[in-house]
Amino acid sequence: MSVLIYTENAEGKFKKSTFEAVSYARAIADQSNTNLVAISIGDVASDQLSSLGKYGADKVLNVSNAQLKNFVNQAYASVIASAAKKEEADIVVLSNSFSGRGLAPRIGVKLEAGVADGAVALPEIAGDKFTVKKTAFSGKAFATVQLTSANKVIALVPNSYKVVEKPAAGTVEAFSAETKESDFKAMVKEIIRSTDKVSLPDAEIVVSGGRGLKGPENWGMIEELADLLGAATACSKPVSDAGWRPHSEHVGQTGIAVSPNLYIAIGISGAIQHLAGISSSKVIVAINKDPEAPIFKVADYGIVGDAFEVVPQLIAAVKEHKASA
Amino acid sequence: MKILVCISNVPDTTTKITFTDNNTQFNTNGVQFILNPYDEIALSRAIELTEGGKGSVTVINVGEVNTEATIRKALAIGADDAVRINAKPHDAWFVAYQIAQYVKQNAFDLILTGRESIDYNGSKVAGMLGELLDIPSVSIIKKLDVDGDKSTVEREIEGGKEVLTIPFPFVAGTAEGVAEPKIPNMRGIMSARTKPLNVVEAAEVKNNSEILSYETPAPRGQVKLVAATEAEKLIGLLHTEAKVI
Repeated sequence: MSVLIYTENAEGKFKKSTFEAVSYARAIADQSNTNLVAISIGDVASDQLSSLGKYGADKVLNVSNAQLKNFVNQAYASVIASAAKKEEADIVVLSNSFSGRGLAPRIGVKLEAGVADGAVALPEIAGDKFTVKKTAFSGKAFATVQLTSANKVIALVPNSYKVVEKPAAGTVEAFSAETKESDFKAMVKEIIRSTDKVSLPDAEIVVSGGRGLKGPENWGMIEELADLLGAATACSKPVSDAGWRPHSEHVGQTGIAVSPNLYIAIGISGAIQHLAGISSSKVIVAINKDPEAPIFKVADYGIVGDAFEVVPQLIAAVKEHKASA
Repeated sequence: MKILVCISNVPDTTTKITFTDNNTQFNTNGVQFILNPYDEIALSRAIELTEGGKGSVTVINVGEVNTEATIRKALAIGADDAVRINAKPHDAWFVAYQIAQYVKQNAFDLILTGRESIDYNGSKVAGMLGELLDIPSVSIIKKLDVDGDKSTVEREIEGGKEVLTIPFPFVAGTAEGVAEPKIPNMRGIMSARTKPLNVVEAAEVKNNSEILSYETPAPRGQVKLVAATEAEKLIGLLHTEAKVI
């Protein structure tokens, strides 16, 4: 028995959410007194691979071949499932990222495993009873789900488990995986990444704007504040529906659920659907003209005031704070 | 082209979520159920792709008889026919298994689901279906175009997008951007009543997950207000008290 962690990379580098998932998987391996095996697929440099040992990987399987350089859902699922079988892993952990959400169900079927997607805490293991807490109702609730199968797949929500250093051997081995031709029907033509921006699902700080900003031309100050804080920008549904901002920035029940350390809502009244998407944020700041806005009911800190007066002050204050730090 | 759209019956987005029976059951009392918003996007794109005699759209739902209002809504929007697999949708595995059994008997070129249902948010049915049918699956797409015997889709990735070409048949989970949700017109509503809705009994399958209980997020404390003229104080609090910047 062992725990297998799939360590997702972006352009050959592991992200923070990957190290979170490794730390989480290490803790599960410790709970069940077993080994943690990592599997990396794609073109990842050896110093990256060996860094996985720092977070508790006993062994690192490296799958590096030209055909698997880019993410192919079907083929990656085959590789991970075949590694799980070879390593006799009964628990497979991955990040609940966009790719992870494509992989988890396919791996689950291959291993006849129950799948806990959207996990937000370590499983509780009591004898044969294995339960995991996961998000439900788009952030409005959590569900405790019992996985009753012998094998289990868990997808961990980014920013819900801390990176913990726990050095282990981290021996890197080449792994040649079993894939079949039909795994490669889907072909990646192009990957477009805006590298100068922080990705919203991974962001530790999010600066979000709503209808109170009156129009897309006023987003300059949102972007400036976000840049200063190293934050991602986001918006409410009416803003993306109006085409002021892209859909990929829409946070809420029918958009992206975020779990940053700090969520700053500017000119967002806080409809129930929006609040669902931000409920896992550790600290929420609201800036709104209307003191009765529902956003203040969930906010930890707030300023009742006009965004056009408050945000420039915040920008100045952050600059000063950074200069004095 | 034959398209299958998998639909779920979910609580309206304005629903305040509560639980009963010692937090083990979702309280459906007074809750309005709707067609899952992401499935509405899938259905709308399927209709666009088949308009003008270019194909047909079947919607499929795993649910008990009380989901038929939502199925009729999908027919009113423009699906040609519907299938209801008569069972409580126990979990994503159960739902995917039932739909896969149906697809093995009735071939489709394209199977669409919403990226996730807004109740359990698993985003698992698309991938499980793909695996059960041994065809490609792509989760969370923002764009879907058809070009002969293959399709070009844009998949969401962290901080960007990935463009893929995929030959039919395949499964995709649709998100915002794929289509504008269509609103049923009067003719659609009238014709929905007479469009075929076939009820199929569910196949036996072993479950591998059970929801034991629910909880709502811990309530947050009282908001700490800072005067609009002293915005710099907020930055100070975020640094020294909340320790998030």
